Amino acid sequence: MKTANYIVLLLFTGLMIYASLGLPQRGDPYATINLDESPVHSPGAAAYYIRNAHKDAHTDNMVTVILADYRGYDTLGEETVIMTAGLICFMLLRRRKEEKDENA
Amino acid sequence: MRTHRPNPIVSLVSRVVSPFIMMFALYVIFHGHYSPGGGFQGGTLIAAALILIRLAEGNETAQLQFPRAWATPLGSLGVLIYFGTGLAAVFMGGRFLDYSVLHLAHHATMSRSYGILLVEIGVGLAVTAILVSIFDNLLEGKPDA
Amino acid sequence: MLDFFIGHYAYWFVFILMAIGLYGMTVKCNLVKKLIGMTIFQVSIILFFVASANKWGATVPVLDHSAGSIDPTKYINPLPHTLMLTAIVVGVATLGVALALVITIYNRYQTLDETRLLEHMRKDDDSE
Repeated sequence: MKTANYIVLLLFTGLMIYASLGLPQRGDPYATINLDESPVHSPGAAAYYIRNAHKDAHTDNMVTVILADYRGYDTLGEETVIMTAGLICFMLLRRRKEEKDENA
Repeated sequence: MRTHRPNPIVSLVSRVVSPFIMMFALYVIFHGHYSPGGGFQGGTLIAAALILIRLAEGNETAQLQFPRAWATPLGSLGVLIYFGTGLAAVFMGGRFLDYSVLHLAHHATMSRSYGILLVEIGVGLAVTAILVSIFDNLLEGKPDA
Repeated sequence: MLDFFIGHYAYWFVFILMAIGLYGMTVKCNLVKKLIGMTIFQVSIILFFVASANKWGATVPVLDHSAGSIDPTKYINPLPHTLMLTAIVVGVATLGVALALVITIYNRYQTLDETRLLEHMRKDDDSE
């Protein structure tokens, strides 16, 4: 049972390394994701955000502009996730009155 | 954690250091425009300052600084600030979360800059309150009335 | 050949981290060790995306006013960093809920071992 686990883990690592052989060089400034225009002639996202962040929001930090302005809807959803996790922890770990009377 | 053994060195150092961590956290939130930082990072730092007091001084003493009943309302207030900014933009006639129609400043770009600041404050508040609330609930849940 | 290795070695180390996380999640029997494996797996995914956003000779994505015009090859790609901020916070939330569930399981069954837990649950199913 344990040997099957180890064999599956080795196969998984081999498969991921084989899949990463097609990735471009790490750090190439002219790779496909860093260009101004994608292969289907739509604007490249990263280059657009770098060029227009200061013009659109008068802010130096591009990551904050993307997080709160261009992709603010995703940040709203993520804050809802945090709130839900806090409420789940609160509801799971309340002590009810019957249990307190049993333990007392 | 339930048997708290007081230690003078840990107690003194954490009581001295914790306000400085909170000050640095406010700096990180408000300077998210000009340096790496923002709402999530600063909110986690404030939560770290509050949890440091809970670890060093014991749970009963730390409730005097930040009672556990404050956590969920403050978290809801943070989400309300974020959502309210988006809805205010809809009421002014623009799209949802479009800060330029809010008229917080004369130019549209400065209005977007202030809108980002408002939203980051809401995010920081929510993250702080929920992290402290998770810690308190994992320690001992609130006895139900 | 050396260029290929230098361009890809970071990804291979991340995959070894992923395998370590999966080992912790599947082979270990204690519930808390499984949670540690899950956290290691999550952190390796975040490292993969952040490491893939690099550019040679580029600086942090904060605008430098002393340079003349904005050159996108001088700033690293800011988009994966933004998405990974969200991923980190989601990871913290998942870990908090998972720990609350572990505490509830311990209060109910008085054990955290996976094989003994399965026996208890099977006995509960048979007795119902």
